[in-house]
Amino acid sequence: MSNQQKVDCGRRRLIVATAAVGGVGALAVLVPFVSTMLPSERAKAAGAPVEVDISKLEPGQMLTVEWRGKPVWIVNRTQAMLDTLPQLNGEVADPQSDRQQQPEYCKNQHRSIKPEILVAVGICTHLGCSPSSKFKPGVDEGMTPDWKGGFLCPCHGSTFDLAGRVFKAKPAPTNLEIPLHMYLSDTRILIGEDKKGA
Amino acid sequence: MANTNFEKYKSDGSLGGNLLEWVDARFPVTALWKGHLSEYYAPKNFNFWYFFGSLALLVLVIQIVTGIFLVMHYKPDASLNAAGIPVAFASVEYIMRDVPWGWLVRYMHSTGASAFFIVVYLHMFRGMLYGSYRKPRELIWVFGVLIFLMLMAEAFFGYLLPWGQMSFWGAQVIVNLFSAIPLIGEPLSIWVRGDFVIGDATLNRFFSFHVIAIPLVLVGLVVAHLMALHEVGSNNPDGVEIKNKKDEKGIPLDGIPFHPYYTVKDIVGVVVFLMVFSVVVFFTPEGGGYFLEYNNFFPADPLKTPPHIAPVWYFTPYYSVLRAMVWNFFGVDAKFWGVVGMGASVLVFAFLPWLDRSPVKSIRYRGPIYKSFLTAFVICFFVLGYLGTQPPSYWGEKVSQVCTVIYFAFFLLMPWYSKIDKYKPEPERVTWK
Repeated sequence: MSNQQKVDCGRRRLIVATAAVGGVGALAVLVPFVSTMLPSERAKAAGAPVEVDISKLEPGQMLTVEWRGKPVWIVNRTQAMLDTLPQLNGEVADPQSDRQQQPEYCKNQHRSIKPEILVAVGICTHLGCSPSSKFKPGVDEGMTPDWKGGFLCPCHGSTFDLAGRVFKAKPAPTNLEIPLHMYLSDTRILIGEDKKGA
Repeated sequence: MANTNFEKYKSDGSLGGNLLEWVDARFPVTALWKGHLSEYYAPKNFNFWYFFGSLALLVLVIQIVTGIFLVMHYKPDASLNAAGIPVAFASVEYIMRDVPWGWLVRYMHSTGASAFFIVVYLHMFRGMLYGSYRKPRELIWVFGVLIFLMLMAEAFFGYLLPWGQMSFWGAQVIVNLFSAIPLIGEPLSIWVRGDFVIGDATLNRFFSFHVIAIPLVLVGLVVAHLMALHEVGSNNPDGVEIKNKKDEKGIPLDGIPFHPYYTVKDIVGVVVFLMVFSVVVFFTPEGGGYFLEYNNFFPADPLKTPPHIAPVWYFTPYYSVLRAMVWNFFGVDAKFWGVVGMGASVLVFAFLPWLDRSPVKSIRYRGPIYKSFLTAFVICFFVLGYLGTQPPSYWGEKVSQVCTVIYFAFFLLMPWYSKIDKYKPEPERVTWK
């Protein structure tokens, strides 16, 4: 088209409108494709609660069970272990568990229903590695001399105390998650549900 | 430059000549051949550093060909087989033990991954030495950075497929990086995984990305990289434009046709490369635990992180930057800043063409300030890379923080120091001994 000829504005508008409608259609077709990558109905249904028997868990021992594909720790803490918790209130980032990383009934000094039994999701809140237990105080397990026992994440060095509270100035932003759980009896815990027991 | 002004081929009357004339009238075969090879004029003073572009192309071909054959036997399936081993892990062992020559194809592919990064890092360093990213080659460099990003994605997705311990926990860490983004992070990481944890859904989509999506994009970007290069012509170790001095036919005085001169030179590079590559493939395919990590010989166990996890060596410098960020800024968690730092440490390369304000391109004519900064940068890159392979420690953290600062200072202070530096005068034409 030479410069002298006038643009036919009606046709130009029609072209723009057609392109816009086509563009909307092209964008809309993204929805089903993007949605296929969400968790499937089967994946969503797989999160059933898990029942655990802790009658054989001696003081100082830890048990790991799988719930929703994640490790859940159950630690039977000794009195000496529990005594370290108040001493560390000044060194951990969130001593009163103010951030929502636990159900209301675990928002206390020991972050658990029964003081000695810790139930926590064993996934570091930084980038999802599973921390290793370093229960022995001091340098025995490669920690610093003032170490009082807790967990060390091997990936980026975050440390947690024996209630899963993260120490200050570590990459992990929050305390370890405490899952919903309840006691079915004195020695049986149901992880993932708390309708009756809490 | 694929210029269409080349004359169409005229047959000499022979059968082959007639066929070529017929094709050339319908598809620009001689124009492509001449424009990209026999009449693409490259500077005559290319040195050792100029091997790595063609070698990168060679490794890409090795990866695609070996990949095609691996897919014939590999199964992206996280469920457990009758022996209690994940099917994906078992299928890799099957390739290693039962498929005829499968071990060779797989070792070529795994060694090829590390070789790809070695070659590409050297290729990028060449660009930094001689200012190959400077005007008018900014887009070549930007396409190159995109290729590097795609390569990292390709390596990451591929690393999950053997479904070993390092595969699983490495993917766990990297996918969780997305969860650090405020507000949308958690749903985003669930969308990426397709499940609440790394699982079968994740393995299958990573397989799809690794064998289809990323390779297609990668090949497209390589074509764009070469088209942009052949449009403006290659830089050279002196950083002077050969197109400024042409003979009466319009051919650069310091240019020689890519074919046969550089095709033959590159074949020498290919032979030497293949010798080294074969030594690794046949004698030390695990690369001392750096090319194939020992923990990846254990099947993935979602309940147990290995006591020491580290990414494969080519990711470790950025991983160290991630670990170096331990402070909360502006009320946002350190975790987020670690991710930002890691992303920035890769993306910052793309801005080099606009950060560098020096009047000369090549290191040969640059002054002491730039040379010191570049040396410090290279040292920091290696130190960060080393620390990324090590377990977290107090001093490691401090050193990686210092190195991270120097790493970024090299880029972000460049507009200033590249201007005030001393320079030697550039020659009129390329120097050549």
